Amino acid sequence: MKTLVWVEHDGSSVKDATLAAVTAASKLGEVHLLVAGEGVDGVAKAAAEIAGVQKVHVADNAAFAHNLPENVAPLVAELMANHDAFVVPATTTGKNIAPRVAALLDVMQISEVLSVEGPKTFTRPIYAGNAIATVESSDAKLVVTVRGTAFEKAAATGGSGTVEAVSAGGDAGLSSFVGAEIAKQDRPELTSAKIIVSGGRALGSSEKYQEVIVPLADKLGAALGASRAAVDAGYVPNDYQVGQTGKIVAPEVYFAIGISGAIQHLAGMKDSKTIVAINKDEDAPIFQIADLGLVADLFNAVPELTGKI
Amino acid sequence: MKILVPVKRVLDYNVKPRVKADGTGVDLANVKMSMNPFDEIGVEEAIRLKEKGVATEIIAVSVGPAKAQETLRTALAMGADRAILVQTDDEVEPLALAKIFKAIADAEQPGLVILGKQAIDGDNNQTGQMLAALTGWAQGTFASAVNVEGDHVSVTREVDGGLETVKLKLPAIVTTDLRLNEPRYASLPNIMKAKSKPLDTKSPADYGVDTAPRVKTVKVSEPPVRSAGVKVADVDELVAKLKAMGVHS
Repeated sequence: MKTLVWVEHDGSSVKDATLAAVTAASKLGEVHLLVAGEGVDGVAKAAAEIAGVQKVHVADNAAFAHNLPENVAPLVAELMANHDAFVVPATTTGKNIAPRVAALLDVMQISEVLSVEGPKTFTRPIYAGNAIATVESSDAKLVVTVRGTAFEKAAATGGSGTVEAVSAGGDAGLSSFVGAEIAKQDRPELTSAKIIVSGGRALGSSEKYQEVIVPLADKLGAALGASRAAVDAGYVPNDYQVGQTGKIVAPEVYFAIGISGAIQHLAGMKDSKTIVAINKDEDAPIFQIADLGLVADLFNAVPELTGKI
Repeated sequence: MKILVPVKRVLDYNVKPRVKADGTGVDLANVKMSMNPFDEIGVEEAIRLKEKGVATEIIAVSVGPAKAQETLRTALAMGADRAILVQTDDEVEPLALAKIFKAIADAEQPGLVILGKQAIDGDNNQTGQMLAALTGWAQGTFASAVNVEGDHVSVTREVDGGLETVKLKLPAIVTTDLRLNEPRYASLPNIMKAKSKPLDTKSPADYGVDTAPRVKTVKVSEPPVRSAGVKVADVDELVAKLKAMGVHS
């Protein structure tokens, strides 16, 4: 089987989510990559070095600069004439593009796979991760999105894939990119951080989040996260949200501070290696899954922890 | 312009799903069912566009069992004008749903179709994007703001790094994210009024769509259970345990 993996990148480097998708694809067969964008020679070179990659298809065109699915999906559909599976990281970009490709190919997509059980058989979460379904496709080709935290990352170097330019596709004339507000942080990204410090509604305000959560994250070199309640209350921007409808994370250590542990939130972080919970309500559901729990007033305990760690 | 709003009847989001002992799925017998929360946001957005004078008519559509009528009546009570139930007892996959909605869009010629980004049962997050592919229309997924400007719609999207805005030619497909709006509750008079609003009943075959599944569910199981660890007495004990794991500044 020949797979085509969508390379998630920021114009200069390959994003980690791609490496997990490469691992999933390698369980299905030969790994080819697609790098689409504008001025992406550097990304293509880096992609060719990912361990196990045989070929990198590069579509360099201004129409692909912002991953507009109206422009990108026809390109992928054309390339899929020579591939058997389109494997896509389950990022917001991947989730935007993959189903559009699947429908063009008349294929029923399999979303957010957790494991590859056979040539056409996968496991995937349903009901916010409250159940795991084992599913088998009967379509001639596969379109799957891959949950990044469920697969080891392929090594970013050591491979020697060939690079081939693709001339297909262009501007479909349906959509244009207006702008983005992308938060710039001098911190690890949430989805690839080793340590995450997350704050919940118990913080009470944006100021308290800055005062209590940020110093601990600074000291540990951790990424910052939040519960949906904290995001909805406006303490932090939406891209901080960890949970079924936000980001799915699985760091080495996850600090849940002032987070009660709604099912929605647990679905996004329960695969973390170690979960540390600090909450003054000893009956909070978060303690049922925490490895280390501290029942305490976070406004005292967290600054003390920051001081002593 | 018309707005088409697909809505799905799902297990209520407050009910904890239970996997059936025989591993065939999640138990839906005698549990509370409601409109998929993301679809509710879609209905609300359509109503707001009608209140702004952008939309003229809102058509709610549901594909599901006879009981999905209740979900459509909820949409009508919120403010949709009429409803179409595409009745089937089969579980219909996103690709087949998109084909049914495409056929309805061909007949109704809406300016916008607003869908939830995903249903909270299957968590597929596919139907809107697939409908966009089949209609050949532009798509604005995971929307947190929707503004119709002449023959275009600008959609602000929630993406991994923050927010992104795209401008789409109409007609277009929009899928909703959580922060787009807060859906209203239907008032009692509106619930009464909704009972007399038109509701057509059709079948997938009426639209020439084959709903036979492409993906077979082999089994459904409980996720691995994570057990509780230890409670520490104070910050000092927590610091000691963390340091023992190699977590320190």
